[in-house]
Amino acid sequence: MEFYSLSSIIVLPFVAGLAAILLPSDSRTPATWLAGATMAICLVLTLSLYPSVSSGDPIRYRIEWIPSLGLDFTLRMDGLAWIFATLISGIGFLVVVYTRYYISPEDPVRRFYLFFLAFAGSMLGVVLSGNLILLVVFWELTSISSFLLIGYWHHNQAARDGARMALTITAIGGLALLAGVLIIGHIVGSYDLDAVLGSGDAIRTSGLYVPALLLVLLGTLTKSAQFPFHFWLPNAMAAPTPVSAFLHSATMVKAGVFLMARLWPVLSDTHEWFVILGLAGMISLVLGAYLAMFQQDLKGLLAYSTISHLGLITLLLSLGSPLAAVAAIFHMLNHATFKASLFMAAGIIDHEAGTRDLRKLSGLFRFMPITGTLVMVASAAMAGVPLLNGFLSKEMFFAEAVRTHADSWVDTVAPYAAVLGSALAVTYSIRLIHSIFLGVPPESFPRQPHEPPFWMRFPVMFLVVACLVVGIIPGLTVGPFLHVAVSSVLGPETPQYSLAVWHGFTLPLAMSALALAGGALLYLGAGDYLERAERPLLFGRIQGQRIFEQVMVAISWRGARFIEDVFGTRRLQPQMRLLAAAAIAAGALPLAVSGLGFGAHGSGQADFVFAGLWGTGMVCAVAAAHQAKFHRLAALVLLGGTGLVTCMTFIWLSAPDLAATQLVVEIVTTVLILLGLRWLPKRSEALLEPRGILDRARRFRDLAIAVAAGVGMTAISYAVMTRPPPATIADFFIEKAYSDGGGRNVVNVILVDFRGFDTLGEITVLGIVALTVFALLRRFRPAPDNIERPEQQRIQWSSDEQDPDREAGATAADYLYVPSVIMQWMFPVVIVLAAYLFLRGHDAPGGGFAAGVAMAAGFILQYMAGGTVWVEDRLRILPVKWIGGGLLLAALTGAASMLAGKAFLTSYFSYAELPLIGKLPMASATLFDLGVFGLVVGATVLMLIAIAHQSIRRLRAARLEEERQTVEERRRWS
Amino acid sequence: MELTLATAIGVLAGSGVWLVLRPRTYQLVIGLSLLSYAVNLFIFSMGRLRVGAAPVLGEGGAGVAADYADPVPQALVLTAIVIGFATTALLLVVLIAARGLTGSDHVDGRESR
Repeated sequence: MEFYSLSSIIVLPFVAGLAAILLPSDSRTPATWLAGATMAICLVLTLSLYPSVSSGDPIRYRIEWIPSLGLDFTLRMDGLAWIFATLISGIGFLVVVYTRYYISPEDPVRRFYLFFLAFAGSMLGVVLSGNLILLVVFWELTSISSFLLIGYWHHNQAARDGARMALTITAIGGLALLAGVLIIGHIVGSYDLDAVLGSGDAIRTSGLYVPALLLVLLGTLTKSAQFPFHFWLPNAMAAPTPVSAFLHSATMVKAGVFLMARLWPVLSDTHEWFVILGLAGMISLVLGAYLAMFQQDLKGLLAYSTISHLGLITLLLSLGSPLAAVAAIFHMLNHATFKASLFMAAGIIDHEAGTRDLRKLSGLFRFMPITGTLVMVASAAMAGVPLLNGFLSKEMFFAEAVRTHADSWVDTVAPYAAVLGSALAVTYSIRLIHSIFLGVPPESFPRQPHEPPFWMRFPVMFLVVACLVVGIIPGLTVGPFLHVAVSSVLGPETPQYSLAVWHGFTLPLAMSALALAGGALLYLGAGDYLERAERPLLFGRIQGQRIFEQVMVAISWRGARFIEDVFGTRRLQPQMRLLAAAAIAAGALPLAVSGLGFGAHGSGQADFVFAGLWGTGMVCAVAAAHQAKFHRLAALVLLGGTGLVTCMTFIWLSAPDLAATQLVVEIVTTVLILLGLRWLPKRSEALLEPRGILDRARRFRDLAIAVAAGVGMTAISYAVMTRPPPATIADFFIEKAYSDGGGRNVVNVILVDFRGFDTLGEITVLGIVALTVFALLRRFRPAPDNIERPEQQRIQWSSDEQDPDREAGATAADYLYVPSVIMQWMFPVVIVLAAYLFLRGHDAPGGGFAAGVAMAAGFILQYMAGGTVWVEDRLRILPVKWIGGGLLLAALTGAASMLAGKAFLTSYFSYAELPLIGKLPMASATLFDLGVFGLVVGATVLMLIAIAHQSIRRLRAARLEEERQTVEERRRWS
Repeated sequence: MELTLATAIGVLAGSGVWLVLRPRTYQLVIGLSLLSYAVNLFIFSMGRLRVGAAPVLGEGGAGVAADYADPVPQALVLTAIVIGFATTALLLVVLIAARGLTGSDHVDGRESR
């Protein structure tokens, strides 16, 4: 039963939040009821668990989540978790009641409750987690949900900035905390909270203690807004006031001190812990109180006061003594009570008077006597006035500050800092009361102030009464609960302490009196100055916020610009340079490690014809590289030269299939690039500007990279070629090609049978590329300087026009007349050649690829011979159908073998006797190859005619341009 | 023969890399073509150089593996040739389209500063 209650406390808020968002958009009241009921149920469930918790043994509930990572969904409720859960759900309930009157009907209420309930649920998750990783998960959830809540009025710039700052700071802290928790888990060997709490000595003596501590404290100090990370909290006051009330009292900032209390038994009592936390706490205590005095915004004052009070708690935790820990936990409760009430009161004042600027508010007491009284009592608790709860924990704090805990100047300074911080707290509390409620009311408020509705005031009242009751009879009210919480943290170390109001005339009492008197005197002396101060004296200029903003600008703007400049994708050349350099380095690294040696293996021949052939090939390659900028056609021809030499090399070195394919591909590539040349801009060597030194240096660097790549390739390939070949899978293919694949051309059998699946993938890629090309060119718009007819055609046209015997355009029409007749006649021959290449493919060099490209070359020849218009009038090629049909045929052939119960693409073969043609291999692989053939034809033709077709489009574009100009001209004349 | 081919691979690759680092789109097309020749020859040479020993079996299909050229790199290169053709075509069209769109044939789509 307890387990269900425990898990319900976590699950209910999230479920209710989702339910709230599903309500109709105008359901303000149902949403409030839903949220209120959820918090009330959580509170009741928590209270119902008190009997088991007070027995001393934590309640545990565990589900395995990722056991291999040591990650369980463990819930664990002991005294500390119980008192926090009570605080969260109790104050959460009061905040919901308050919100009902605070939030305006125009605000999206459902979203508010979704975020709010998620926030409450995550906070409950933090305190109830029994596994450190789970705790971090909930911890981050509180960061995210508080971000959403602070930025709830997202139309407001301040809200967005505050939300972003809060998220940035607390999420960085959360990541640090995760790292710290991982280290702790590494030391302990488990993330389970019980196991961790049981191995304090192991953690403190581990060599990893300091990094773990630093990371965990980075998480907790950012969350609790402790110096130097305090600045996000005042900016978070742009949130709706109910959120601030919740965030400052029971949640968010309390998560930090909660975790420090939680891990206090295992992390505290070391020098590092003492110094870091002591300093952070002390500075926050004094600086927060000091800055709070100067605030003109009521919520700002309260926010800095929160920093100060959390500093007090942090300082107490730093001391490492059990009594200080008791005081810390006690002060967490007290601070939550009076700070929640004060924030809600601030919201009431803002709501009723229309402003929360301390300079504009005055004499409000005569309009709002009840609220005024409540605020005065709560402020007095904040100042530590006797008979209120704040006084009790402050007395304990003074008593602990005076004691010596460590031999360090931090410890010596502590009591003075404590009195100073408390005195300043008295000053800002008096200022709050005096400037808002006392004095002469101004002539007019932005709104005529009056008392709020009873239920809006009720939460404040309830909490103020709690302050009073706890302050007067602590032992009878909070005593037992505090004892349960404290003993769950301290265990057997739990000290004897007394919650009595009167301990006699002691040093702490004298310090309290000193602080009260000093604070009051300070206000008497400097109150007027504070009322007029534009910014705090001294520390006004040193702001963490400014540093934060500068860091953010540096990272998100300058850093991003720098990285974009260096690694950006705007400029291709630096990227290519990096890529080439990285590739060379990757190739050179293993050679540098294990050395490069050459073997003695070789074909044994030193053929001078071969060398001469490659002499030509290399000259062609280098010349192509040299000419590609200004002489594109020459570069293309030279590239073709290299291609031909490559092709001959394949024949020479026993690869007829490669030679055949290379040859036809070479033709088609050349045609394709030729067709593309038309669309490139003119570039003349005459326009070349003289190169600067920087430019030369850059070219020299590129040359060095290119030479390094070339030399590296030569070295590696020579090294491989001169070693004897190892046993490879080639033997298997050669043995099985005929017996299993039914073909004598092993390369072809590999492609269509053994590795048929690869080929299927490859032709799919080919089809996709062709369709992409087609799609890209459908929307093609030529550059303005390419719209006109090419220069040669213009010369031909003008000479036609000058010659009375010729029609305009006749020269262009007669262009290549004889070759075009031959090309047209060759069309059937090319088709037969393609068929021949295809049919012999399985046993002799040839195959679907070569045949397909050859067939496509036949089509493009017709385009060259007759022109686009002529061909498209006579021939419907439908390349997309070829692509689809080919792919389908290949895939279906593969699938057919599945009908016979074999694996995909298993081939079947026999020989068939055809009349006239003779014996033919009839392997199912041939059908597959037919699919390949069809697809290759379709894809190649599609690409070629898509680009060839642009010449017509060019004419249309030019015509449209002419028409436009004519129309404009007419308009101008008429 | 090995030395010749190794040198050729190096020269082709070097020319290709040089062109790939150049600013004009057309240089890129030619450069990638040269690089793909180099890479194809490199992969092909991994099966060692054989003269007069094609991977086409005799009548009946019987044969000892040592008598034939290595078919595996050949099959790989055959695929590479076709895919290389496809990518060259795609690159070319992308470059032409970019040139039409931006008016510049610089690889960045605008002249460098």
